[in-house]
Amino acid sequence: MTTADVRISEADLADKPLLEIRDLAISFKTGSGEVQAVRNAHLTIMPGETVAIVGESGSGKSTTALAAIGLLPANGRVSGGQILLDGEDISHAPEKRMIELRGNTIGMVPQDPMSNLNPVWKIGYQVKETLRANGRPSGPADVAKVLAQAGLPDAERRAKQYPHEFSGGMRQRALIAIGLSCQPRLLIADEPTSALDVTVQRQILDHLETMTAELGTAVLLITHDLGLAAERADKVVVMYRGQVVEAGPSLELLQNPQHPYTQRLVASAPSLASRRIQVAKELGVESDELLAPGTTPRGAVVVEPTMTEDVLQIQNLKKVFKLRSGFGKSTDFTAVDDVSFSVKRGTTTAIVGESGSGKSTVAQMVLNLLQPTSGKIVFDGVDTSTLNNKEIFAFRRRVQPIFQDPYGSLDPMYNIFRTIEEPLRTHKIGDKASREKKVRELLDQVALPQSTMQRYPNELSGGQRQRVAIARALALDPEVIICDEAVSALDVLVQAQVLNLLAELQSRLGLTYLFITHDLAVVRQIADHVCVMEKGKLVETGSTDEVFDAPQRDYTKALLNAIPGARLMLPPEVA
Amino acid sequence: MKTNRVIEHFVAPVEETPLLATDSLKTDQAPLSLWADAWRKLRRRPLFIISAVMIALIIIVALFPGLFTQVAPNDNCQLANSDGAPAAGHPLGFTFQGCDVYSRIIHGTQASLMVGVFSVIFVLIIGVTLGALAGFYGGWIDSVIARLGDIFFALPLILGALVVSQLPFMRENRGVWTVVMVLVVLGWPQMARITRGAVIEVRNADFVTAARSLGVSRIGSLIRHVLPNALAPIIVLATMELGVFIVAEATLSFIGIGLPGSIMSWGNDIAAAKSSVRTNPAILLYPAMALSVTVLSFIMLGDALRDALDPKSRQR
Amino acid sequence: MIQYILRRLLQIIPVFIGTTLLVYFMVFALPGDPIRALFGDRPPSEAVIAQLRQQYNLDQPFWVQYGLFLKNLFTFNLGVDFTGQPIAASLGRIFPVTVMLAVEALIIQTVFGVTFGLIAGLRKGKIFDATVLVASLVVIAIPTFVLGFVLQLLIGVQLGWAKPTVGANADWGNLILPATVLGLVSFAYVLRLTRASVIENMNADYVRTATAKGLSRPRVVVTHILRNSMIPVITYLGASLGGLMGGAIVTESIFNVPGVGQKLFQAVIRSEGPTVVAIVSVLVLVFVIANLLVDLLYAWLDPRIRYEN
Repeated sequence: MTTADVRISEADLADKPLLEIRDLAISFKTGSGEVQAVRNAHLTIMPGETVAIVGESGSGKSTTALAAIGLLPANGRVSGGQILLDGEDISHAPEKRMIELRGNTIGMVPQDPMSNLNPVWKIGYQVKETLRANGRPSGPADVAKVLAQAGLPDAERRAKQYPHEFSGGMRQRALIAIGLSCQPRLLIADEPTSALDVTVQRQILDHLETMTAELGTAVLLITHDLGLAAERADKVVVMYRGQVVEAGPSLELLQNPQHPYTQRLVASAPSLASRRIQVAKELGVESDELLAPGTTPRGAVVVEPTMTEDVLQIQNLKKVFKLRSGFGKSTDFTAVDDVSFSVKRGTTTAIVGESGSGKSTVAQMVLNLLQPTSGKIVFDGVDTSTLNNKEIFAFRRRVQPIFQDPYGSLDPMYNIFRTIEEPLRTHKIGDKASREKKVRELLDQVALPQSTMQRYPNELSGGQRQRVAIARALALDPEVIICDEAVSALDVLVQAQVLNLLAELQSRLGLTYLFITHDLAVVRQIADHVCVMEKGKLVETGSTDEVFDAPQRDYTKALLNAIPGARLMLPPEVA
Repeated sequence: MKTNRVIEHFVAPVEETPLLATDSLKTDQAPLSLWADAWRKLRRRPLFIISAVMIALIIIVALFPGLFTQVAPNDNCQLANSDGAPAAGHPLGFTFQGCDVYSRIIHGTQASLMVGVFSVIFVLIIGVTLGALAGFYGGWIDSVIARLGDIFFALPLILGALVVSQLPFMRENRGVWTVVMVLVVLGWPQMARITRGAVIEVRNADFVTAARSLGVSRIGSLIRHVLPNALAPIIVLATMELGVFIVAEATLSFIGIGLPGSIMSWGNDIAAAKSSVRTNPAILLYPAMALSVTVLSFIMLGDALRDALDPKSRQR
Repeated sequence: MIQYILRRLLQIIPVFIGTTLLVYFMVFALPGDPIRALFGDRPPSEAVIAQLRQQYNLDQPFWVQYGLFLKNLFTFNLGVDFTGQPIAASLGRIFPVTVMLAVEALIIQTVFGVTFGLIAGLRKGKIFDATVLVASLVVIAIPTFVLGFVLQLLIGVQLGWAKPTVGANADWGNLILPATVLGLVSFAYVLRLTRASVIENMNADYVRTATAKGLSRPRVVVTHILRNSMIPVITYLGASLGGLMGGAIVTESIFNVPGVGQKLFQAVIRSEGPTVVAIVSVLVLVFVIANLLVDLLYAWLDPRIRYEN
């Protein structure tokens, strides 16, 4: 990153912007009339420059980028302003002109590697048709070369495979290969790695950076992650509700955010300001103990959990799945392998791992939804595998889950009252009036208005649904809550809110959390203890500070290094 | 290090980009359940209104044919009137046997509708039960039900009906119930397949797991959470199948293995009219139109329901 | 791929056995004299009955009967009809006519169904789409036999564009009217299915990516939208064969086509149970094998299927 000593060369002054967006307005036709999605958007990309647009979902960041390549959805249109490519306004260019430009002048790397490759064509064909459409040599050797450049090993053989034979990371490499195959001058990368594991994400972004630097390609990077944007881009543009609220050099924007929204974003970004919520949590504990905030050193609070007993003990837990491999044969797949750890009452233990690490399988077994192959789960001194049906029913009152997908965790047919009341009704607690009273209390606890009771899940936002899910989990006054990626699908600011809520509830109700997540930045904000899992095995465990400050294993180090923006130094008044 | 250009730091005026509270609840609309939302959408669809009115009318005709015609369908059939043109009190003319066409159409509604409605009810009972069990429990239950369905599926409707109708029992008791039996035996696998697919789509949803982990039993979560969410495609198929079964009954009657001639039905009237189709096509066309309009009403209703219940078209 | 074919073949055997068993059981394992029962109140000559008894091995235990029935089916030893003529011989004569009719209907419903469905899907919400959608519902609602009479009257008799009946020498040309009637209902389903599938694929991420690669619109439509939309359509075409067989009974009798359907229709009218069972068994065999072929085509179109367990 360049900081204060910005040198201005003659050549740079002379060159013209590659892409210039001026006062762009985009609107969508919906059932209830025309809705403006983007207003007064402006940004400039110089040749070879990397510019990131940062914003939460619905901020208009993707819409702006799609307009630049003429790919707005059918109901969307540019209703004002200009998109200048080399000085040519392409905001209303005929489709023929856009086809000329796409591929060899403007390339695109899309978001989700799972859905962006056509499942019925071989990878090689999908590269080949790109080359051919842009008038480039498209023989098998050319295809293999393009794939190899994107870091795909054994490219010649890989070209003959179908997308479903590729892992997520490999698919994304194939998509990068396609996006850059015709050496475009501008690459639009729309959340190119948000669907991937952090370590893969880092490799792919590194590779993308090297390739675009070699080709001199300018990049328009769309992301929700401020840390990632700051780390990868020369310039960051922050969008909020369809408008650009702030734009400037990456580091300057982070260190000295001017607009209140940017300030809020910088303060909440888990990758940057991880300790902040941790402090907020301690403040909660302290204020309960009627201590003056900010006076107690951090260590003083951590003493408390060590005095309490283990509420959960996981001993040599193992889970083997039988995978059918055709003709009655089956192969064993060990999802969880000899995992042991314990959870102290009133604390938060995080299980961190990438996809396939077995962390969610552990959660399922702790919830008694899945039987372990071997090993024990001891809850409050009792081995949970020995429980009979009646005891399991009682056990369920004490251990409750919160799941990841805010759109899947609530029954769309049930209104919020019925959703939160269901556990009470199932366990035959109270009468109708007392249950309603309890639901109202629970809604208060999760900071939702009581009028939410009559609403249906589809009327709520993701964060609100997660709050309802928390209220449902709390209805039975449980002791342990298993949060399976409970905040992973939420926007940064909403995520911070929900994490705060969880921390506050913990200090108020003495809850124990088992927090399953792939996001180390979130771990730092909420957990007291960390268990790192890799391919079914527990590779490292310790207190959060130990693991973050002095990781022992290479895998943990790699995970920590992969947190976007982790290496950026922030001034103390922000962090 | 990537560039040495000067990058301007822009900040939008706060007045123009006011900051809203994060994640505030929208409270400007009344709460809407899925069904209320579907109903709101349906109300505005001409396809739905037309088909609903038609179906209501058809049901009234089937229940109270006497309201629509004073002429008894089978009495006073005089061969002198054979293939006769419309006359006073006989707006659609006479059949080959000299019976009143209009009256026969009105009185034939009941049999067609009964076959359709009862076939669908039984297909729903069998198909939804088996499909839901197969989809929800999976494993060997699924395999057995799937193979069973495949076996019946390999017997195309009309061919299967031909075989079943050869059974002495079926031949001796021909009537509404034997036709219903044929259609149910051959029609349930389709419903089971759709139900199975819809149940599989829902069964792994987090809200089902959540219900299980708060103590709801397996079967309880199937009934209270999975099935209600799998209902939309089932309702759509049932509505459409009502139409399809009415066509099937008419086709079977036309071939001669459906309703016996003693039961008045559109299929039988069309079959009876085929001998005089070149000389007097009208007596074939009128019952055919009644049949087609009825079927069309149900299929249009199903189509409108499909659009209204489509989860993809839900707000947000 | 070979593994997939083998697996499908293995799956199809129990289905075929189950279906034929079902047919055979319903007809022959019921109490009473099945041969007499099959003929109802118009029994044929004693000689024919004796021959039928021998054909169906009614003196043997049920499983032996069934085994011999299967063996006879696979060796096309189908017994004799009411007049004492071997069914296999007459099937050999009339089967090609029905195949011709079915293939012609299949081509008509596929070509027109996919074309109209594609255009309607690409122009979702426009006038063409709305018209085609309502028209397809009307087509589905009118039974094949009504359509048959109406088109015969209109095109055959009134306008004289095609021969109203086919008669003894059926060829591609004079089968066009019955084939159209036969394919019309499935045409409407193919159209609707293609349209729905096209609309879904049009909004798929990979279609947007294909456009972003710089592909022309026609290329995107053909290689990405249409190609992927064919997968559910192919599956439906297999299932529609069953409908075509049933429809052939109606269509062939209306247009006087000397095919299997007409033969079957006559057998039903004459209450010739054994003939009906024999012909239906052959048709079920054809249907099951045709669906196996469709499955293979499906696996070829959708590589994901081949690897699924």
